[in-house]
Amino acid sequence: MKPATAYVLLEDGFRLDGLACGADAPAVGEIVFTTSMSGYQEAISDPSYAGQLIAFTYPQIGNYGVSSAAMESDRIHARAAIMRAAVDRDDAPSAEQGWLEWLTGCGVPAITDLDTRALVRHIRDAGAMKGGVFPARVTESEARALIEAEPPMAGRDLARDVSPGDAVRLDSITGSSGPLLAVIDTGVKASIVRELRARGARVTLHPCTASAEELLAEDPDAIFLANGPGDPAAVDYVVRTVRELVGRRPVYGICLGHQLLCRAVGLETYKLPFGHHGANHPVKDLTTGRTEITSQNHGFAVLGPGGARTIDDDRPVRWETDFGAAELTHVNLYDRTVEGLRLLDVPGATVQYHPEAGPGPHDSLYLFDRFVSEIAANA
Amino acid sequence: MPRRDDLSKILLIGSGPIVIGQAAEFDYSGTQACRVLRQEGYEVVLVNSNPATIMTDPEVATATYVEPLLPGPLEQVIARERPDALLPTLGGQTALNLAKALHENGTLERYGVELIGANYDAIDRAEDRERFRETMIDAGLRVPRSRIAHSLTEAQAALADVGLPMIVRPAFTLGGTGGGIVYSESELARVVGRGLDASPIHQVLLEESVLGWGEFELEVMRDRTDNVVIVCSIENLDPMGVHTGDSVCVAPQQTLTDRQYQALRDQAITVIRAIGVETGGSNVQFAVNAATDEIVVIEMNPRVSRSSALASKATGVPIAKIAARLAVGYTLQEIPNDITRATPASFEPAIDYCVVKWPRFAFEKFPGAEPGLTTHMKSVGEAMAIGRTFKQAFAKALRSRELDSRPVFPADDETLLERVAGASSERFDHLLEALRRGHPVAELHRRTSIDPWFLHELAELVADPQAPFAGERTFKAVDTCAAEFAASTPYYYSGWERVASNEVRRGERPSVVILGSGPNRIGQGIEFDYCCVHAAQTVRESGRDAVMINCNPETVSTDYDTSDRLYFEPLTLDDVLGVCELEQPEGVVVQFGGQTPLKLAQGLADAGVRILGTGTEAIDIAEDRARFGPLLDGLGYKAPPYATATCAQEALHRAPGVGFPLLVRPSYVLGGRAMEIVYSVDGLRGYLERVVSESGRDIYLDRFLEDSIEVDVDALCDREDVWIGGIMQHVEEAGVHSGDSACVLPPHSLGEDMLQQIREQTRGIALALGVEGLINVQFAIHDGDLYVIEANPRASRTVPFVSKAIGLPLAKLACRILLGERIADFGLPRDTANGHVCVKEAVLPFDRFAGADALLGPEMRSTGEVMGIARDFPTAFAKAQAAAGSRLPQTGTVFITVADRDKPAATGIAGQLHDLGFRLIATRGTAQALNRMGIPAQAINKIGEGSPHVVDWIESGSVDLVINTPVGTGARTDGYEIRAAAVARRIPCITTLSGGMAAMRAIAAAAAHGEPEVVSLQELYPEATPAS
Repeated sequence: MKPATAYVLLEDGFRLDGLACGADAPAVGEIVFTTSMSGYQEAISDPSYAGQLIAFTYPQIGNYGVSSAAMESDRIHARAAIMRAAVDRDDAPSAEQGWLEWLTGCGVPAITDLDTRALVRHIRDAGAMKGGVFPARVTESEARALIEAEPPMAGRDLARDVSPGDAVRLDSITGSSGPLLAVIDTGVKASIVRELRARGARVTLHPCTASAEELLAEDPDAIFLANGPGDPAAVDYVVRTVRELVGRRPVYGICLGHQLLCRAVGLETYKLPFGHHGANHPVKDLTTGRTEITSQNHGFAVLGPGGARTIDDDRPVRWETDFGAAELTHVNLYDRTVEGLRLLDVPGATVQYHPEAGPGPHDSLYLFDRFVSEIAANA
Repeated sequence: MPRRDDLSKILLIGSGPIVIGQAAEFDYSGTQACRVLRQEGYEVVLVNSNPATIMTDPEVATATYVEPLLPGPLEQVIARERPDALLPTLGGQTALNLAKALHENGTLERYGVELIGANYDAIDRAEDRERFRETMIDAGLRVPRSRIAHSLTEAQAALADVGLPMIVRPAFTLGGTGGGIVYSESELARVVGRGLDASPIHQVLLEESVLGWGEFELEVMRDRTDNVVIVCSIENLDPMGVHTGDSVCVAPQQTLTDRQYQALRDQAITVIRAIGVETGGSNVQFAVNAATDEIVVIEMNPRVSRSSALASKATGVPIAKIAARLAVGYTLQEIPNDITRATPASFEPAIDYCVVKWPRFAFEKFPGAEPGLTTHMKSVGEAMAIGRTFKQAFAKALRSRELDSRPVFPADDETLLERVAGASSERFDHLLEALRRGHPVAELHRRTSIDPWFLHELAELVADPQAPFAGERTFKAVDTCAAEFAASTPYYYSGWERVASNEVRRGERPSVVILGSGPNRIGQGIEFDYCCVHAAQTVRESGRDAVMINCNPETVSTDYDTSDRLYFEPLTLDDVLGVCELEQPEGVVVQFGGQTPLKLAQGLADAGVRILGTGTEAIDIAEDRARFGPLLDGLGYKAPPYATATCAQEALHRAPGVGFPLLVRPSYVLGGRAMEIVYSVDGLRGYLERVVSESGRDIYLDRFLEDSIEVDVDALCDREDVWIGGIMQHVEEAGVHSGDSACVLPPHSLGEDMLQQIREQTRGIALALGVEGLINVQFAIHDGDLYVIEANPRASRTVPFVSKAIGLPLAKLACRILLGERIADFGLPRDTANGHVCVKEAVLPFDRFAGADALLGPEMRSTGEVMGIARDFPTAFAKAQAAAGSRLPQTGTVFITVADRDKPAATGIAGQLHDLGFRLIATRGTAQALNRMGIPAQAINKIGEGSPHVVDWIESGSVDLVINTPVGTGARTDGYEIRAAAVARRIPCITTLSGGMAAMRAIAAAAAHGEPEVVSLQELYPEATPAS
């Protein structure tokens, strides 16, 4: 066996040795696992993974190399990749570069040849926690110090780090001038923007610090709340902005955007034990009874109106908010956590999961049709 | 949506005998379905002609009919049982075709039986090539350019549109029977002709070749409310052009990007919706050109399939169980995931390991058969392996195959590379050798179109074969969710990690390890899996934990519900010891899984593992002629003269002392592998040159007793008592392997004196060997004397048949002996007679191996068996023949040609057939012999005498039954051509006189009494069926 050249250490002292296969540097942050079996490049370039190290449960990662078409943003956001059997080959038809060569070139540490399943079982039982990937030369006490220096995920505003400095205007891909969407860009994925533009929408990506007036300056037809990293409770400035917009424009959102609209209408958010990261979670639409297989990537979730962590009934949960009646419309069938919100008296709807996929199944792409047609109807 | 309360009785159709393309996977799916439906409170009526199945155990269904899977018997069952619904999607192509026939002939409507799972229209849309194609195009999907042809002329016309190479796919056949590839115009007539003949509706699809594209399969499930999930993706290592059943496969898919995979997923969902499969599982196959992102839909099976069994074992998702619940009204979200118990079945499994499946071939048994792999499936079984990485899984799958012999590689590289280029049973062995010799991946990719990813992985494996197994062995769970949730179902595999982190929760109870039989092959099939499942059930009933080790994904034994803990592992000494080290079992059971576990017994014993039941010493005595002969002498039993030789020279030297004809074989073989009868020194020399060089084992020479009657006995022994479970008389004379011979229980023509001798000698041998558990003894009766041919101190192939015939589970009783009980405590009846006669008939795969001689002999070639049950022998024989697919005619023309020595006996058969109204045709010599006895028979030409000759007669469809006893075997004889033509036209072809006699009596019985009545096992043995 090849001697270990790197190791994973968690803040509770759990350690696994492996082989270094990316940039030669330590990486610390929250260690989370994703169960998606494909789409490693989409995951690692997803801004929602900012501040996190990704452990891939599927062992063979890197099989088809990397390509610019698979990027979910302009760079890698995760801090490291943790794998069982990393692959660095570039002869797949779509490959522009090998996976590990790319990670290394981007300065991202990676580790392979370690028992990722043992790591996942530990995180599943003990919860997601801080930790790091370290070259073997870094002593365990040095590593521990680095981990301790890292702030915890709860209470952390990472959206600000991944949000653009200035607004960016993008036309529709179809060439038509459909509805104009003002996106509060807390780290929006390229797939979301692509799906909106493919349906004729024009979008402007605003910094997440933009005020309601700045967002309304272009007279958009709707507001779109993006996905993004970090604790939704730490970006109350965005929540305040959203409260000013609800009722004035239709508000739609995905993932962090869902959590922010929920907070804006009075719900609380909390940290899940180890989050939902994968491409196989069943979500039931309580308004239609249909189940979709969804792409998921979130560490925080929304509490129901009474503070309930789960929706135990198969009917939408309805209650009164400052903006009129609202319904929790979707439930995760794995753990019955909240997956969707709809405002009934003013236009607005959000989902916790990722209808844009990238990576993952396309069962929920129709939501973009619904968003865009509702916006057109309200415009 | 809840369970449907408007149904109370559901009819399920099994898949019948094991044939290539339809194997034990349908026992797995059918058994699951029966159990689930009964748990849901439905009455289940089951029809399956195959006795060697768990599903036909009388406690599994409410009423079990071991009857031919034909519309007539099915209509009788429906008339008697009056089921509300028929679930046709769990019994393979056989059940689907039968359901379709019952719809088309009005039976279902007449009796008000609803098709559930898939309706007629959905089945037809998926199965009819033309409708499938139209449906796909209407749904916006791409299919290969193609044309339908019903004749050679239409095929020639289509050539310009479709182009070469061109794939030929016959409609409505299983496993691609009769399919092929046309590379040049000159091959068109042959390949298309074969396809048209194979199709029951004489229709073939001629298709654009996508040879070299990647081949992918998705397992899809849908419920009544239109929720759809993908259970698993499977990628074939062999690119398009090789039947997926013959391909090395990996799950999940490895080489597609997420975007490409999601496109396949979208299309698979579109397919199941467009075809209209309302509920249950389907399998959709795609060809993908990853360079251009082109995807074409190849086909879909609107039912559970071999691939869904593989997907179930690969993911832990019990597709058949879920499909059965969906069929009676549940939705996916209402069905709990068995493994996590906390989450619903409406999800897609996340896998955190790799699964590799290898097909198991049997070309060595069919000399002369075309060795290449095509779209026409030829493998007889498969092994699956699970590893943490692709390399671990691939290497484990390699050793799971249990090859009898190592492939021989050509010395020169160019020949080697040619073998790599063409798909064959040994392609990957040659590929690994090419990598060992340093041929670069790029060159091998160019020659094979195999994805470079796999070639790189294999190159690394070849460079350091031990690297994937560095570190510590650690057992991981198959949990459907990549450890995201805690799993409660104990299904494990070994992986190797830097530091072991075992997940096995071994309770406090003692455990017993049962070794399975590995991949199905000819000679070692589902019968042994049946015995292993019974052993597991018995161990559990005894209060111990049953621990199963096996690597065959098709089986009931590898259903995680069968045992307390399932280890999906290769059956090698090292892998088994790895499990034993962790389990610390009370003992290991080796006598139910055929030769595979028996071979491990000594090694396990040497390692200090206790073997339960018959010990290694008895196994060795029974197998070693030098020890077994003296044992028989001591008992005063006769055996044919024999000798053992350690080399060819010695064999030639000893043969005259034994006397010709000789039955010759290497030691330690199953299924008569390489067993032949030779009549002279020259014949023996020829045999030794062909066979012995490859084995290196001892050579056994036995005098072959010509014209004797063979008898098989299955018995129980506890070292004090012996209980005879069944005495079976073979229908064919000695010289036909017992596995290929039809047999009758109770014997139809043996006197009580002889039966008493058989019982005595069985008893004597069992006690002398010290058998604990099962023993099978084979005898031959020659000139009124009884000879012992061989004794096997283990479960035999006939145990399931005997158990079904007598209504007592022999393997379970044997397992109770292993666990310490005594026969005296069982309260077994002295006499098992029950007024019925049971006939077992073998099913042969000659139609799969064009070029091989369709002749019975000492080497076993059958893949499966059927059972006929009736009040008399001829009727039971007729049922067995019908169930085996060679339904005896009631009218028409019989062609007879027999060897001179058989002419007197043949005259009697021919006379009876004439009296029954058959027209007789015969070759000149036979016709003259018949005419001399006053039996009209028209003389027709032998092949050498010019057209129209006998083969022309057969091919034109003018013959309904062939009776042909051989005068010499192999290619270029008339007999060979006659048998091949009969097999191709699916005309019953009887090659022994006793078989002819039985057939004649069966035809006479049918003429006198009409269609035989059906009878359920529960009616036969009301007392044997435990309450459930």
